[in-house]
Amino acid sequence: MTTEIQVRPERVVEELDRVTIRFAGDSGDGMQLTGTQFTKTAAVFGNDLATLPDFPAEIRAPTGSLPGVSGFQLSFSGSDIHTPGDRPDVLVAMNPAALKTNVADLRPGGLLIVDENEFEAINLKKAAYAKNPLHDGSLSNYQLVPVAITRQNELALEGLPLSAKDKFRSRNFYALGLILWLYGRSMDTTIKWANEQFGRRPEVLDANIRALKAGYNFGETTELFRVQYKVPPAVVKPGTYRHISGNEATALGFVAASVLSGLPLFYGSYPITPASDILHELSKMKAFGVKTFQAEDEIAAIGAAIGAAYGGHLGLTGTSGPGLALKSEALNLAVMTELPLVVIDVQRAGPSTGMPTKTEQSDLLQAMFGRNGDSYVAILAPCTPSDCFLMAIEAFRIALKYMVPVIFLSDGYVGNGSEPWRIPDVATLPKIAWSYAKEGSDYSPYARDPNTLARSWAVPGQKGMEHRIGGLEKSSETGDISYDPRNHHEMTLVRKGRVDGIVQDIPDLEVIGPPQGDVLLLGWGGTFGAITSAGENARKKGLSVATAHLRYLNPFPGNLETVLRNYKHVIIPELNTGQLSLLIRGKFVIPAIPFNKISGQPFKIAELEGKIDEVLGRSGPYEIEFGQSSGLSGG
Amino acid sequence: MTAPAANTQATGVIPADLPILTRKDFVSDQEVRWCPGCGDYSILAQMQKMLPELRIPREKIVFISGIGCSSRFPYYVESYGFHSIHGRALTLASGLKTARPELTVFVITGDGDGLSIGGNHLLHAMRRNVDLNVILFNNRIYGLTKGQFSPTSEFGKVTKSSPYGTTERPLNPIRVALAAGATFVARTIDRDTKHLEETLYQASQHKGISFVEVYQNCNIFNDGAFSAFADKEVRQDKMIYLEHGKPLRFGKENENGIRLNGFQPEIVTNAASDEGLMVHDIHQQNISLANILVGMDYPEFPVPIGVFRDIEAPVYDELVAEQVRAAIAKGPGSLEALLHAGETWVVD
Repeated sequence: MTTEIQVRPERVVEELDRVTIRFAGDSGDGMQLTGTQFTKTAAVFGNDLATLPDFPAEIRAPTGSLPGVSGFQLSFSGSDIHTPGDRPDVLVAMNPAALKTNVADLRPGGLLIVDENEFEAINLKKAAYAKNPLHDGSLSNYQLVPVAITRQNELALEGLPLSAKDKFRSRNFYALGLILWLYGRSMDTTIKWANEQFGRRPEVLDANIRALKAGYNFGETTELFRVQYKVPPAVVKPGTYRHISGNEATALGFVAASVLSGLPLFYGSYPITPASDILHELSKMKAFGVKTFQAEDEIAAIGAAIGAAYGGHLGLTGTSGPGLALKSEALNLAVMTELPLVVIDVQRAGPSTGMPTKTEQSDLLQAMFGRNGDSYVAILAPCTPSDCFLMAIEAFRIALKYMVPVIFLSDGYVGNGSEPWRIPDVATLPKIAWSYAKEGSDYSPYARDPNTLARSWAVPGQKGMEHRIGGLEKSSETGDISYDPRNHHEMTLVRKGRVDGIVQDIPDLEVIGPPQGDVLLLGWGGTFGAITSAGENARKKGLSVATAHLRYLNPFPGNLETVLRNYKHVIIPELNTGQLSLLIRGKFVIPAIPFNKISGQPFKIAELEGKIDEVLGRSGPYEIEFGQSSGLSGG
Repeated sequence: MTAPAANTQATGVIPADLPILTRKDFVSDQEVRWCPGCGDYSILAQMQKMLPELRIPREKIVFISGIGCSSRFPYYVESYGFHSIHGRALTLASGLKTARPELTVFVITGDGDGLSIGGNHLLHAMRRNVDLNVILFNNRIYGLTKGQFSPTSEFGKVTKSSPYGTTERPLNPIRVALAAGATFVARTIDRDTKHLEETLYQASQHKGISFVEVYQNCNIFNDGAFSAFADKEVRQDKMIYLEHGKPLRFGKENENGIRLNGFQPEIVTNAASDEGLMVHDIHQQNISLANILVGMDYPEFPVPIGVFRDIEAPVYDELVAEQVRAAIAKGPGSLEALLHAGETWVVD
């Protein structure tokens, strides 16, 4: 006797080292939130990860339109990773417009999950599809999985006292639940978050949790997915970790600078994308004595910070490129009066308003030279989200020790990107030394420390040290206004020399890879992940390629020239037209090779590898391909 | 580690045995370089005379200026001083006062510095009610750049940059201050030194922003701008001194008064009785009457001088300090706790 048993196909669990997922939908669909929740879950699980939020400048572009598409890409891995991935393995498209602008980036054979309910005539028209792409065979290169997300979500929420519109807004949680299941992740982190977020609105909380579970259960019960994936935790340094974005780390770093120096922090700022989050974070920090001043404009923001620095506190202002342009005259006042001011510039793309929500590295020359007269400031650039924390502390350490304005040159990619952060032991953080002028001595505002050339800092309230400073040139001896030719010559050289002298106080440039060889990739700022990964890949191929990343841009580290001369070719990849290249070529007179991309998007690792191959003669001239997509890595 | 304690090094308490200071103590060693005959000299002298009356130690007084003739002022006062950039004095002053509310901060500005390039900051400092003393020297001309019209120059004025006469209307600084919500608003004039000193003193006693417009004669580029009503011989007939709680009267014998006809002020010549005359009240929240006074100008009316408004309102820098105090009182920030906030996980 034989028994036929209906066997449900066994589900396969496949282990992967790394997965890149992109959530794309309308800017009202909550894609940033969905991506962030998945990221937190992966982080708590112990994956290494990197994220790339990408959203339009319009808060609500017309629903369903191509310009209104918002995306969030994240890559999580069982090993050390540096970038959010070149091309997604999985694309979740919540409507036709999201599909259209993102599908070109999906790797061939990648998993494509779409909300099929949204592929109706009206939405197809908005996305300029003549035919429904779900049915015309145009997506045959991908594993297409249409899911009735909208409808399923509606059913799951049936009976809840919410409008149809409010119910529709929960469907991102349905998609999130589905993806959590697919990668074997628990819903706990998201449920906990939802409880904190919607605790006071039980019906909304209920809706979100129902949607989340419905999506999760759909994955579990349906036969759409034969394979469930597993990405094991990464092997990372022991310690306590949290998930952090660059702008959060920046805010925490400046609070830490205040604690470490014992000086209260004053933050003057005017809202601007993508720097506003720093203002939001710091305005919560009153228990640390932090005072935030939301100024009437960029100029008032820096002016107030200068006033606070003059008053003996930590004067900090923050902005993005257009704001830095507005601040330049006041920044020069801090240069002239030699006050310890720090200016954050979270760079964004393009001249003028440009592309506010996209990243670029095109303010380096503005930071270096964008002021009248011979005017020098120190410039630091964090290279990863967590690096923002230490570099913020470093900014005030230098500003206070050298009595010099410092520009903290972050960028949209670093500021909005996030990664797991090994929380440092507070006891190991660097101390920040400073002193006001000694009372009782004869005070001269431009008397200098012979080692650092820092002037002596007397602040209002100090008796017997009353003095006047200002933007007019002053006598190096008396501090009085001076038009003396020799004095101006010498004061200019001292202001420059004081910045140059910081070189004695900063670490050497670190090289990853062979200490000498064929190629050095030299970068700065947010390109760290892509450059480091490209170097690792090239070495795996047996190529003699090293990478190095400048976190100090003025002055450069003392060993930079030696490092540069150890390689046959120096490639400088930048998200601008060659600003660091210009400085390096000018200062060291070496034939550095610029490699530039100005698309508002970060480098792909493959692009850098392509350039390496070209320079080593392994391939013909390499050109970046700009896809049709307006998505995350397509341009 | 916890939040930084108050900045004790720089925030000493005023000692009880405060030395009695004199005018001389506020004279710096710098040579004063305004043109001979400039109205600025009078303002400097009255300020230096007034400062000792404040009984504030010199090191707790800060003068901040922008750019222009008036903005050289801080160099000449022996206190802390910051000669900043064009139009931006109020931004530095707002930051300093917010960071260090215990300081007494004066802002010295002019009609170009304060109302043209720096107009935005003036509006917002007033709106916030930062506890600053703003002294705006109004000479109705650009002096330092040698004679262009300013935002307070009268319509049609012929200057170097308007040889055919200006085609733009002037701003009235007092009206701007009232509209922006300034809590102390006054006007005085360089040549009435007693009134000037008294007004500066009243301004410095006010909690919150004080705005004082000083009619100041530029004897090089706009000489006699105020002569028609401020010269000694005509002053009593052409100006009206505002006094709180008193009827509005002017004239050599104080014989004339001002009354309201609807929303229009009217001159009552030889008003025998005070009955029906406007009574000046600087403490009114409503600015309607003050606005009517601002509208009175030469030659139709006597020009009002004195305090237009003096009201109490929450002070920005105190409110900010109070939020910080309250947060620290609940428990000073701990850096360890801050860094570990949110969801964390341990890797062994």
